[in-house]
Amino acid sequence: MAKRNFMSVAFAAQSQNEAFARVAVASFISQLDISVEELEEIKTVVSEAVTNSIIHGYDENPDGVVRISVSIDDGAVELVVEDEGKGIEDVDQAMQPLFTSKPELERSGMGFTIMENFMDSLEVATAVGKGTTVRLTKRLSFAKALQN
Amino acid sequence: MSLRIIMETKQDVLVVRLQGELDHHTAEELRGKVDDLLRQSSIRHIVLSLAELSFMDSSGIGVILGRYKQISARSGEMVVCSINPTIYRIFEMSGLFKVIKFRENEAEALHVLGVA
Repeated sequence: MAKRNFMSVAFAAQSQNEAFARVAVASFISQLDISVEELEEIKTVVSEAVTNSIIHGYDENPDGVVRISVSIDDGAVELVVEDEGKGIEDVDQAMQPLFTSKPELERSGMGFTIMENFMDSLEVATAVGKGTTVRLTKRLSFAKALQN
Repeated sequence: MSLRIIMETKQDVLVVRLQGELDHHTAEELRGKVDDLLRQSSIRHIVLSLAELSFMDSSGIGVILGRYKQISARSGEMVVCSINPTIYRIFEMSGLFKVIKFRENEAEALHVLGVA
């Protein structure tokens, strides 16, 4: 099995960086024997978490900074997306499918639901006025197959 | 990679073909371009053709639902076709198939709306 490896990248809270974030994470985890479907799932999750930081954490203020850290270990991927934005007042409500605090922006309210569905675990740490950290993990199918 | 939007009108159906990636950044452009054409009252239905859409997240759901509401308000229908497996699951998760019909390809989607 491959040794633990990690990467971290920080970027401005601007919407054009959403694609950059997906590509950066995808290219890092491509060193694993990951399936196309799992890679697409993780790219989607990165996009959801980063978009949340930009739209909700920073209210689209481009001066905000979003940081992504990814570590891989024995076929498990851990993804952390952090911002120092306004935080989430009610996390349970934010995680409800179809709930959005910004319906006027045509937000679907599906971000956390997609993150939960495409990953094995999701933890949200947030403090109002300080920021939000989303920690997600996923065990890849090739590692599960080797284990069995 | 960004989003390429190709639109064509066939009778009262607006066919929207998407190529590339639909996220928060590119959703704005899609919203603007489709809404410009929807000002024409002759358009009643939308076919969303996603064969060459390689990526979509929940921002895509938001913009699609927004257009669905407009079409539905004029008693029209939205039909989506040719979706990749990951995007298909996002549609399913969001309950979009409860209001938007799915067909395998553009020809079948147009057929549902009475366009030969």
